[in-house]
Amino acid sequence: MSKTQVNFILNGQPVEVLVEPRELLIHVLREQLLQTGSHIGCETSHCGACTVDFNGESVKSCTLFAVQAQDAKVITVEGLVSNGELHPLQQAFMDEHGLQCGYCTPGMLMRSYRLLQENPDPTEAEIRQGISGNLCRCTGYQNIIKSIQKAAAVINESGHDEAKSA
Amino acid sequence: MAATAESLERKEKLQGIGCSRKRKEDPRFIQGKGIYVDDVKLPGMVYGALVRSPHAHARIKSINKEKALALPGVITVLTADDLKPLNLHWMPTLGSDVQAVLADEKVGFQLQEVAMVIAEERYIAADGVDLVEVEYEELPAITDPHKSMDPDAPIIREDLVGKDEVGHGKRLHDNHIFTWEAGDKDSTDAVFDKAEVTIKEEILNPRVHPCPIETCGCVASFDKINGHLTVHMTTQNSHLVRTVLAMLSGIPESKIRVITNDIGGGFGNKVPIYPGYVVAIVASIVLGRPVKWIESRIENLSTTGFARDYHGTAELAADKEGHIQALRFNVLADHGAFNAHVSATKWPAGLFSICTGSYDIPTAYVKVDAVFTNKAPGGVAYRCSLRVTEAVYLIERMIDILAQKLNIDKAEIRRRNFIQADQFPYNTSLGWTLDSGNYGPALDKVLKAVDYEGLRKEQAEKRAKGELMGIGISTFTEIVGAGPTKACDILGIGLFDSCEIRVNPTGSAIARMGTQSQGQGHETTYAQIIATELGIPSDEIQVEEGDTDKAPYGAGTWGSRTTPVGAAAVTKAARKIRDKARKIAAHLLEVSEDDLEWDVDQFRVKGVPDQVKTMKEIAMAAYSNVPEGMENGLEAVDYYDPPNFTFPFGAYVCVIDIDPQTGEIKVRRFYALDDCGTRINDMIIEGQIHGGLTEAFAVSMGQLIDFDEEGNLLGNSLMDYFVPTAVETPHWETDYTVTPSPHHPLGAKGVAESPHVGGIPCFSNAVIDALSHLGVTHVDMPHTAARIWKKLHELGVAK
Repeated sequence: MSKTQVNFILNGQPVEVLVEPRELLIHVLREQLLQTGSHIGCETSHCGACTVDFNGESVKSCTLFAVQAQDAKVITVEGLVSNGELHPLQQAFMDEHGLQCGYCTPGMLMRSYRLLQENPDPTEAEIRQGISGNLCRCTGYQNIIKSIQKAAAVINESGHDEAKSA
Repeated sequence: MAATAESLERKEKLQGIGCSRKRKEDPRFIQGKGIYVDDVKLPGMVYGALVRSPHAHARIKSINKEKALALPGVITVLTADDLKPLNLHWMPTLGSDVQAVLADEKVGFQLQEVAMVIAEERYIAADGVDLVEVEYEELPAITDPHKSMDPDAPIIREDLVGKDEVGHGKRLHDNHIFTWEAGDKDSTDAVFDKAEVTIKEEILNPRVHPCPIETCGCVASFDKINGHLTVHMTTQNSHLVRTVLAMLSGIPESKIRVITNDIGGGFGNKVPIYPGYVVAIVASIVLGRPVKWIESRIENLSTTGFARDYHGTAELAADKEGHIQALRFNVLADHGAFNAHVSATKWPAGLFSICTGSYDIPTAYVKVDAVFTNKAPGGVAYRCSLRVTEAVYLIERMIDILAQKLNIDKAEIRRRNFIQADQFPYNTSLGWTLDSGNYGPALDKVLKAVDYEGLRKEQAEKRAKGELMGIGISTFTEIVGAGPTKACDILGIGLFDSCEIRVNPTGSAIARMGTQSQGQGHETTYAQIIATELGIPSDEIQVEEGDTDKAPYGAGTWGSRTTPVGAAAVTKAARKIRDKARKIAAHLLEVSEDDLEWDVDQFRVKGVPDQVKTMKEIAMAAYSNVPEGMENGLEAVDYYDPPNFTFPFGAYVCVIDIDPQTGEIKVRRFYALDDCGTRINDMIIEGQIHGGLTEAFAVSMGQLIDFDEEGNLLGNSLMDYFVPTAVETPHWETDYTVTPSPHHPLGAKGVAESPHVGGIPCFSNAVIDALSHLGVTHVDMPHTAARIWKKLHELGVAK
């Protein structure tokens, strides 16, 4: 199958890939660009393990063709650390035991990252609604919610709200 | 010796048992640096994808690979005929049966594995699957286990015709697998015949699936030059897998390495060996290239490791005051097309006979008949030990039904039947010795916390207004920690577990275990145990699992066995090291061993506070200055075979409201008190409880693997199969009591499965309690709004 060149910004760096038109973004991120933080749980856009930040929106990267990423700004979990420092969300997930097996975590972090940009001080109900596209089988969500609340407080206090790649 | 402030400070620095140590695993997970199987990429790696049957029961008339092979990038297509020369077209199951690796002339369930296409790229392998032409002759299917043994039922397993047994006693029909009994039938029948009160109910534990977010998969890599096979795979028990692979392939076990890095959730789904693994391995052996096979979600839900499908007929006999005198449970178990049920014990129905629960029931009899149907095989323990959820569900439902029949409060009837604290160790009428328990105070604590009396009052008021409010109680006892090798084995291998610890000269340590974390945080908690036992800071202890070349042999992590078995091995290995350290310390201090006392991280001479040797000093001495006749080094291995199972318990209360017009259920409150004995890390325990309760909520409220009469699976994606989101999931309140296990070196019992096992009946009891004043004694799960609405409609509540 003929391939198409696609250029986009991944975690602040320009990247160039040759892809088949049918290739999903998640596969290109993981297999060509070797950013394996984003995971595959269903390939039907239900579980959210592949969630990335795409032009300022949370997108399930199994639902997008890689060619649609032309000129896009994509942030994955690998782009959350900035100047060697964990993003407040990463720190909070660790502090509040917001993860167990870690498989949904990158998607959950990327969704939470965007959620807090959309709504810097969400209520519990707003967080529950806001992460309802991301499934977790381990935690029962309770500590994820606590983690997001804690990160929100830290960000609101310090003004830290950008991934380095944003 | 009384602890001084100084020694308490040293103790705190160790981050040992009892502290909520932050997880060692988390830094890699939050930065996307975990290594799951699909992250493994080896040079020259190719991809396998399975061709699966669209029919539940059919004969394979022909398989035509030509078009697939003609597709550029397709390397080969493997079918049963290709595996036959290697004698790998069938494999043994965990249920003493065999299972087709690739369908051999016939398929027995929808999406059964028929062929594997191997291609240079993942997408091409999928294209190739579409090009393999398989001609089928459809056969009538059986999906209702009650019809499996009909005289005219189609025979599902022609390969077993003429075989009197499949591992466990005489078969009664070509579709029958086994009959298993426990207890005393005659005396149970006699009690029922003269009992003042008897109750009987048909109760189903429906077919469900554990559905971890990561599906199953492997990367098999055979090195043709030196004959080494390396398999990266999603397994909860890598050592057992290696042994099975050696048996199957004939490759010496020493040349097989099974590596499991991080696992994206298991919940029992990743215990068995699946056909996809085996074909990928064969392909790698044939091709001499690494082969990756990763399941899709649909494949995972349709073909790997389902759970339950236990159709129960439960009976209790009691006196008028509600004292249970006898229990009689009969079960028809739907095992699908192959008997791949994980029993892991001498008993084909696993630990089902724990079904007398927390109650002093003097007489009991249980019988389980297993049959074949045209459904996927598997029968794993979904976040529970072997058939324990099924057992606990029956008794916890039945005691509620008895309360209803006698008009006794549902908490009170439990109190009347509890095994009392002074009866432990308690021998159940079905043969278990419960190690420890203290059920009454646990229930009382929960009832007080939720203001049970107030809730019942509120319920009465609501009922008067036509509103539906339910209060569910569950006071369960689990059995975990498989287990004593006299009772437990997998393919003949005992279910001990192991730990190897080596203390380095500078005082840090590395420890390796035969268990396998799937998110439970073993790297964190095992280190805490060693820290307390050896006085080495947790942060200086490296914990490794999941590589059969490195770790000592163990049976893996499932059935909540890590703490009861694995942690016991860790403790005992650490104590062996401490014993040697004591000898070294005595030598260094020139005193006798008896003159020394252990103080957090050092040995000190009794009564001489400044005469001490720290663990760090002793470690260096172990490599430089040991007593005459002693070997150098400071390491130990322990293989721990537990003397008994452990029996965690809990008391849960759930409060729900049902919308009478829509059938929607709102969980208002869920209060869970667990007693898992000694607690190693509260933060992690609480996280496990949250997760287990959420999985219980999922099972009770929505999960169902359902089929039509032709054997078509009705809903096998996450569109249909219920995995709760944060919106539906209730808020959890947790609590605990501590009743240590008397036989475990730390007194710990295991915890992660309790909330699932105890939570499911609690939800169901709440739902049925909400309808009990309308004469309802039981409604089968899942309690979806649609099903409850239907029930309300039948009852004339919903208009």
